[in-house]
Amino acid sequence: MKARVYVMLKNGVLDPQGEAVRHALGSLGFDGVEGVRQGKVIELDLADGTTEDTVTEMCEKLLANTVIESYRVELM
Amino acid sequence: MKAAVIVFPGSNCDRDLAVAFEQAGMDVAMVWHKETELPQDLDIVGVPGGFSFGDYLRCGAIAANSPICKSLIQHTERGGFALGVCNGFQILTETGILPGALRRNAGLKYICRTVGLRVENAETAFTSQYEAGQVIDVPIAHHDGNYFVTDEKLAQLRDEGRIAFTYTDNPNGSVADIAGVISKNRRVLGMMPHPERAADDGHGGTDGVAMFRSLVDQLATA
Repeated sequence: MKARVYVMLKNGVLDPQGEAVRHALGSLGFDGVEGVRQGKVIELDLADGTTEDTVTEMCEKLLANTVIESYRVELM
Repeated sequence: MKAAVIVFPGSNCDRDLAVAFEQAGMDVAMVWHKETELPQDLDIVGVPGGFSFGDYLRCGAIAANSPICKSLIQHTERGGFALGVCNGFQILTETGILPGALRRNAGLKYICRTVGLRVENAETAFTSQYEAGQVIDVPIAHHDGNYFVTDEKLAQLRDEGRIAFTYTDNPNGSVADIAGVISKNRRVLGMMPHPERAADDGHGGTDGVAMFRSLVDQLATA
């Protein structure tokens, strides 16, 4: 089985990389891009039977820094 | 007086930090990250700068889960002293020993230059040989030094006098210009600037020396 973990900076935490992407899109002529947030996607190959709780624990312990990041787990 | 400097794969300021401790009069043991126990009877643990584990995932995240870090956490919980510089500061926040987190610099660039630091709290074992409000010159060299804490935590850090150093001219977007913070018990300091790179005439500045001398003085009387 696989799981996909989405890690994003929390709302309210300035995302300088997202801001730089927003400016770059603007300078390419894409008007109306009001905000860009950049995160990461982590794909996990897991032994069958691994629970969502276990993946959540992985997020809490390592995959996300919950001081500044939020995460979402998707089992596939 | 005994110090240990932890070495991770990708640490590159470990020897500089060891030399700074030694020049202040400490005996220094280098401890590989795979060790599970720090040496006995340590006065202080240094967590050095560098790019532990290639900064993969997040700066300091993988190092914070190294075997030695359990022992480091226990050391600090027992009231032991620790100094984390640059990547070492990132590791201390990732372990939860110090509050907050270090984000990508606001200007997105890696910055390597000497900056002005204001000593905000001169009543710690790390800073007693500085004057409160004194401005010192110390190099920074980082890509992810943009310190973040919530407003609530910032208020707490201020109330408790836990902001050790601020930048005189904020280079990286850090909340409240914060360059270094200390633990509630005043025994763990994490900072992005490198005092060990301002500790010898050959470095072009010696404003970091007073930190290591402060430590030796304070630990000798502790």
